[in-house]
Amino acid sequence: MTIAIVCIAGIGLVAAITLAIADKYLSVKEDPRIGMVTAALPGANCGGCGFPGCDGYARALVAGTAPNGACAAGGDAVAAEVAKILGVAATATEKRVALVKCCGTRSEAIRVGDYNGICDCNVAAMTAGGDKGCTYGCLGYGACANVCPKGAISIHDGLAKVDKRLCIGCGKCVAICPKKLIELVPASATIHVLCNNPDKGPTVRKVCGVGCMGCHLCEKNSGGKEAGHFTFQGFLAKVNYDNPPTDGQIVAKCPAKCMAEDAHFESGH
Amino acid sequence: MKTVKSPFKFKGGVHPDYNKELAREQPIEKLPMPGELVISMSQHLGAPAKCLVKAGDFVKRGQVIGEKNGFISVCVRSSADGKVVAVEKRLGPAGGKADAVILDTAAKPEGDEGNGLPILPPLDWKTASREDLLKRVEEAGICGMGGAGFPTNVKLNPPPGKRCEYLILNGAECEPYLTADYRLMLERAPRIRLGVEIMRKILGGPAVRIAIEANKPEAIAAMEKAFADIDGNVEIVVLPVLYPQGSEKHQIFATVGRVVPEPPALPIDVGCVVENVGTVAAIADAVELGEPLLERVTTVSGDAVSQPKNILAPCGTKYADLIAFCGGEKGPVAKLISGGTMMGFAVSTAEISTTKTTSGLLLLSPKRVVQYASQACINCGRCVRACPMNLNAAEIAKAVEADDIKAAEDAHVMTCIECGACSFSCPAYRPITQFCRRAKNSIRARIAAEKAKAAAAAKK
Repeated sequence: MTIAIVCIAGIGLVAAITLAIADKYLSVKEDPRIGMVTAALPGANCGGCGFPGCDGYARALVAGTAPNGACAAGGDAVAAEVAKILGVAATATEKRVALVKCCGTRSEAIRVGDYNGICDCNVAAMTAGGDKGCTYGCLGYGACANVCPKGAISIHDGLAKVDKRLCIGCGKCVAICPKKLIELVPASATIHVLCNNPDKGPTVRKVCGVGCMGCHLCEKNSGGKEAGHFTFQGFLAKVNYDNPPTDGQIVAKCPAKCMAEDAHFESGH
Repeated sequence: MKTVKSPFKFKGGVHPDYNKELAREQPIEKLPMPGELVISMSQHLGAPAKCLVKAGDFVKRGQVIGEKNGFISVCVRSSADGKVVAVEKRLGPAGGKADAVILDTAAKPEGDEGNGLPILPPLDWKTASREDLLKRVEEAGICGMGGAGFPTNVKLNPPPGKRCEYLILNGAECEPYLTADYRLMLERAPRIRLGVEIMRKILGGPAVRIAIEANKPEAIAAMEKAFADIDGNVEIVVLPVLYPQGSEKHQIFATVGRVVPEPPALPIDVGCVVENVGTVAAIADAVELGEPLLERVTTVSGDAVSQPKNILAPCGTKYADLIAFCGGEKGPVAKLISGGTMMGFAVSTAEISTTKTTSGLLLLSPKRVVQYASQACINCGRCVRACPMNLNAAEIAKAVEADDIKAAEDAHVMTCIECGACSFSCPAYRPITQFCRRAKNSIRARIAAEKAKAAAAAKK
């Protein structure tokens, strides 16, 4: 018994001394500002800034290799705080949020098949391009909702919808969508074209009741081509988010009903 | 020449309902030229061909309208005389969109009667050089007609240091319903023999194994007759009836007992080249008659089609035209499948057109289509027993379900041949093959991204 106690105590003593010496001679000096910056960041670890988590971004900020303001989740408030700690000016950032460019709900856009495989858009897209008649549209199997770190995306009537208040603009949904129809847009923009189909009008109409036909009426009603609020890809209108339209009138005048004024939905969070 | 029983049996496999009696006795019929053809630029494995024509152009039968675009690629030739109505993206059977030439076959250029000459000058295979024969296979636009569509000229030209010891002729046709290869073996046996002799010359005289499943005795007899007086090491190997006997890797094992290692290894790494009987006949036509690959035999079958048939149709025929030629639909159609029931693609519209690899078109009634609801894995192990690639399919499916692609990769999901034996045997109706495909796609995407990143870094 006594021998055991002495042995254990002895081992403990030796280990303690070793650790004390190691701490003194082998300690790594860390910039205390890294901890402060990490604390200032939102801690969502969303990766939207392009660095591995908030800690990675904080290290890059302190090292001076990352611009202050890349944190979409934190926005200007966090940028200002980081600026206070590091003494570097914050580059002004506009909060960007994800926008699902499709409004073909189950009642509007026809489904040409009965898909009952794995509930994931990427898998459905591998199976004859998915069950939606429009091959450009949202399949509604929630691949984006599954990767969203904030739970900002939910599926309503076969269509993904983004809650603007929860979205932190990390862009994970943009990357995972097999139809590439999610875009990060400035949160301040209110008028959107909710269609991703560049085909001719009659082709679009065959598969969707609310598809863009490329009639250019939105452009005409917002001051013509010179105003530059819209660009066109094939027969698809696209909002120029560097110069977004503001007049809500054009939404009501869209004959295809594919435009919306603030298309983001508010979930009950 | 002798006929032997398959000396080796691979592990696993399943026995689906074959249903071949529907179209088995139907001789190959030639489809009258449809009014419109939709000729895809992506009929083969690899890079799609580069389209050479534009709307308004008149094209002649056999004219090159799509140029070979890369090493793993083949050219596309027009299947008919006609006028190009448009060149646009069209949906293919697998779900992807590719450029397609829409051809109006009724419109002909004025005063053009055609000269009646063959499209390519016929070659005498006995005197032609190996290079000439290879070039002919390439310019005839021939790719594997069993389903995968691998460019044949690449397959027939092994890289330096590798030698083809066995040429295996794939006449297994293990997919349910399909009888196109069977009819071809019955009706065009001499062509197949000629194709084999040409290929033997190209490959430097390998031994030949003709693999046919035991449920096609007439085809075996036809092949025996055609090859009776051939010299050299030629054997007809009668395979046991088992799906997926027609898979390249399993056929190699069943006939010569060699195992193809994990990808990226190819059959040529174990000294084998496997070709579908349709491809072999196409090679014979290309060399002896100067006729490129412009049409193929497609089985239209299923319990929802009025008269199942084996149809010789130009590549680019719309499914709707094939169905109309068979007397239309008989009752409601629950599923339209391009290919066989095991590995084919369910498609949503008959507006899709055939390609060089379309071996079948199946119309199934609601009676034949199970509306399943996938349930949790019950760990019964039937998929593991059924998997011909020795994979632990249950574990892979569970890993993918939990989004753990790494675990699936560690379980060798990349060796999966997507034969569907696991899903077929699952009592919980789990879409196991689909899980595997999902994992494979993710892994391929990751590898491609890594490659792109490395290339970008190297540029810097």
